[in-house]
Amino acid sequence: MDLRVEGLRHAYDALPVLEGIDLDIPSGRILCLVGPSGCGKSTLLRIIGGLEQPTEGKVLQVGAPPEGCLNPLTYVFQDFALLPWRTVAGNIRLGLEEHRLPPGRADEIVADVLARTNLSDFADALPKQLSGGMKQRVAIARALAVNPAVMLLDEPLSALDAQTRELLMEDLISLWTRAPFTAVYVTHNLAEAVRLGHSIAVLSRRPGRIREIVTLDKPLAERIHMDADLEAVQEHLWTLMREEARAADAELLHG
Amino acid sequence: MDDQQTRPVPFRGGGFRPVAIRGVGLAVFVTLLLLAEWGTRTGWISALTLPRPSDVVATFGELWTSGMLFKHLVPSLTRLAVGASLGVAVGVSTGILIGLFSYIRSGLVPLVAALFPIPKIALLPLFVIWFGIDEGSKYALIAFGTFTPTVVATYGAVDNVDRTLIRMGQSFGMGWFSIVRKIVLPGAMPGILSGLRISLAIAIILLVAAEMLGAEYGIGAYILEAGSLYDLERLFAGVVILSLLGVVVSTVIGAIEKRLLSWRV
Repeated sequence: MDLRVEGLRHAYDALPVLEGIDLDIPSGRILCLVGPSGCGKSTLLRIIGGLEQPTEGKVLQVGAPPEGCLNPLTYVFQDFALLPWRTVAGNIRLGLEEHRLPPGRADEIVADVLARTNLSDFADALPKQLSGGMKQRVAIARALAVNPAVMLLDEPLSALDAQTRELLMEDLISLWTRAPFTAVYVTHNLAEAVRLGHSIAVLSRRPGRIREIVTLDKPLAERIHMDADLEAVQEHLWTLMREEARAADAELLHG
Repeated sequence: MDDQQTRPVPFRGGGFRPVAIRGVGLAVFVTLLLLAEWGTRTGWISALTLPRPSDVVATFGELWTSGMLFKHLVPSLTRLAVGASLGVAVGVSTGILIGLFSYIRSGLVPLVAALFPIPKIALLPLFVIWFGIDEGSKYALIAFGTFTPTVVATYGAVDNVDRTLIRMGQSFGMGWFSIVRKIVLPGAMPGILSGLRISLAIAIILLVAAEMLGAEYGIGAYILEAGSLYDLERLFAGVVILSLLGVVVSTVIGAIEKRLLSWRV
């Protein structure tokens, strides 16, 4: 299943945040959205997944979601959004409870995603016992459990420290390499974008427009930390964004 | 280096972190009781000012052996249980509705604010007319008294439920009832339980008021009768029972919190 964004415009009251967004999200690939802070990239992601209604334009699902897909558009949030009163397994089960699965099927799915994310030993732990990195692994496992057609990741690594971020990036790459998934990945971190993106859409500052879409052909598994080619792309992205980021930084909030 | 220039950095942190120390609370109780006992025995405190603690204990023993204790306690506990459950159940449901629906919130928040400061005791004669002089008026008074603080605590707690958790639930396609049951209610539980502490204490206060009219037996009736006869020993025996009731209720809520809220950081 592909996603297509057509002629999207969004404004909060009189304040335009997104304008003239057209975007194709082909299946089996990761699209990164980068841009200066406040450019509306998270808003765009919420619109793509149906958590917010755009002022104008539409988001289309092209083709049917794959078989066995329980929740076609599934988010991974920046602050994890785990239910603190549920165990790791209970949190993963949450998305499955809405669907009448045959008895025992939910347990199988939970065990499977726990194994894929190396969380099997933590099934009965409560979120308060986990580090930030582990919490985000649980949130990723919860998203994988419903077998999404498109994963929508909203700055999933931004709340983590640099070392944990590196580890989780490796996890995401190995998950994708074993079973390619479609994803829209919002980040302000250009290093993450060049490591994980098959294509990278650069948004301008508010109102956000797409300035350029950079595609990277190097397979994800071959991209390593401090790769020279990636550094060059990252440098290019930064020149695109630099002035805008500075201007966005100097802007008054809610001005 | 010069000796006068070398000294340890003075410690400035610490404090502002009270912890529970076992036995101190009990020691305060015992000291006060011993003081009262000593004062009444030496005549420093006159018998009209304060009853002798040992006399109160003796009165309590009498209540126990004559079987009157349970004759008073059972109707009181029944009134408390029925009235408080009614008030809390309606209060929690109303609080959740206020927390979730704009029209209900706009309509009921001012009404609750208007009802909250009314001394419920003042309405007892009205309740007697509405619900009868028997148990009905007593249940209604206690229920009404617990209802308002429960509503306020509940909708405050619902307001404080993390909205990202609710958006998360929606993003997984959860239905409205599932979100309320699995996210809103457990998320609001800490606030609801701490509101319950206040509501149930108010329920115990109102128990005495409820037994002012048309009650032969009950702790409140017992206290009021002793008070009008100026029988201080019996009055204090009754008051001690109410205090103990408060301690028991608070302990029970503490145990429930420990069980239900073990997930809290």
